[in-house]
Amino acid sequence: MDYSGGRVLLSSQREGQSTHYSPRVLILVPLAAILFQVYVPQFFEFLHFLELPMLVVVYFALMRRSQLGGLFLGALVGIAQDSLTIKPLGMYGIVKTLVGYFAASVSVRFDVEHSIIRGMLCFFFYLFHQCLYWVMERALLGHQPPFEMQSWLVQGGLNAVVGLALFHFLDKLRSSA
Amino acid sequence: MESFLNRYRNITVLLLVIFGQLLLLAVQVKSDRNVPVIRVWTVTAITPFARVLEAVRGGGTGFFRNYIFLHNADAENRRLRDQVGRLKMDNIFLRDQLNTAERARALALFQQHTQSKTLAAIVIASGAGVNSKVVFVDRGSVSGVERGMAVVTPDGIVGKVVAVYPTASQVLLMTDADFAAGVISQKGGVRGTFKGQGSPMGKVDYVSSSEKVETGEWFYTSGDDRIFPRGFPVGVVKSVRPGSPFQEVLVEPSGIEHGLDEVLIVVEGVHREIPPVETANQPVYIAPPPPDAAAVREAAAAEAGSTPTEADKLRAVYKAAGEAQGHRYGEGYKAPDLLKLPAPGSTPAPAAPVANATPASPSPAAPGAAPATPPAPKTVPNERLANQAAGAQSGTSGH
Repeated sequence: MDYSGGRVLLSSQREGQSTHYSPRVLILVPLAAILFQVYVPQFFEFLHFLELPMLVVVYFALMRRSQLGGLFLGALVGIAQDSLTIKPLGMYGIVKTLVGYFAASVSVRFDVEHSIIRGMLCFFFYLFHQCLYWVMERALLGHQPPFEMQSWLVQGGLNAVVGLALFHFLDKLRSSA
Repeated sequence: MESFLNRYRNITVLLLVIFGQLLLLAVQVKSDRNVPVIRVWTVTAITPFARVLEAVRGGGTGFFRNYIFLHNADAENRRLRDQVGRLKMDNIFLRDQLNTAERARALALFQQHTQSKTLAAIVIASGAGVNSKVVFVDRGSVSGVERGMAVVTPDGIVGKVVAVYPTASQVLLMTDADFAAGVISQKGGVRGTFKGQGSPMGKVDYVSSSEKVETGEWFYTSGDDRIFPRGFPVGVVKSVRPGSPFQEVLVEPSGIEHGLDEVLIVVEGVHREIPPVETANQPVYIAPPPPDAAAVREAAAAEAGSTPTEADKLRAVYKAAGEAQGHRYGEGYKAPDLLKLPAPGSTPAPAAPVANATPASPSPAAPGAAPATPPAPKTVPNERLANQAAGAQSGTSGH
């Protein structure tokens, strides 16, 4: 596949090939992302905007092009993330399940090796993640969280930038098989 | 049928997974119960990594600092070899040690002096959510931590323990929107409920518009919530906006102002008094009270007495004549012989005693009052008195 190709859309689903990763990578990378999420922002508070677990879910869902894989990875990462908050289990789980599923769904139509596509998808899925979480918090928990679309837009852009670098790094962990 | 399932397999699995999580969510919300197993698994899986990371970070930081320190010490030793470099180096080392241990010492000092029984803990991780205001500390149920315990620093309250695991505890920070604590203001004793807002500032709810809260005033825990002992600092009022029926009081929390590294978990809380408001101890000048009318009149009379009038002089003459004759005015019925008056010009100033009288008893006109320095009769150069005295002596001797 041509990484630097100018095409954005794939002409057929067969053109998109799934990428394989070793099970070790599939376990350790999400774990490291969650660990980053709970550990690093306490020393660098400005990094609190980063949704590294979501970016990891989006990456593996995009690259593996498997809807089932994406949704299960999203559910596991989300529930693990829920376990480390005071909110009921399932909030992040449901959101990330949908993120994983939809990311895998769009991967069959887009050239996910394209940097612009990757950045746009990171940005879009971050907004989707935040909005859906906001809706669920209001609807299911009865809370009144603030609707901060402006800051979400900015944070979405920053997550997209970080996501590009992260995806570039994770590309190196692909199995050669 | 099989082809139908194959065709919609992914969406079916998605719906099942979503439904399962919704069910899990509903059970928790409905019964207000947690699912501790999953949380324990996750926390137990995460905290060892966090501990290792913290140890590596601490060790790396220490090594880096030591390296820089030794590098500087070596350079300094070369530059100041002829001087007292070693002493300076020791001094720097001690200062560095003091700075490094400053927070720990402050915490230990606070722990010693506070009456509440506390447990020192280190923050090892924060919450996983973007909007999460929770942290994990390295003390759990093994150390005796229980859910609902207060978490403080010497600067103020930090939060409360919301979940306890064997080796770690989850602390809800006071800036979280779910946090609430009973508070009382330092000056007016105004009670309210401190609530986090998900931002660095918190607010104090339920402060009636008729109660007075000032900007810059401190709020302390009131102890009403049965979580935080009374008397721990909460924060300082940054703004007060009028409202109906409650004012909008924004408070800047003091406990997490300088970051969170080490905290104290209050195992057994002891209530203490709200510290009094500090006032300036500089002396204040108080002017004397204004003089009343009587004092003004007395002062005027004393002023007037210093320059005797003709009546005063005449009164003094009569008084001197009476004393010379052994008569006291106001007593008896026999009047003194006023024909034997001394010459007015030769009379010593009788007003002098009046003029010399203190303002406290300026009563020169008081009947029968003796002057402070009564005039001596012998000194009066009066011819008739002298003759009378001579006659009396001769008569006495003639008997």
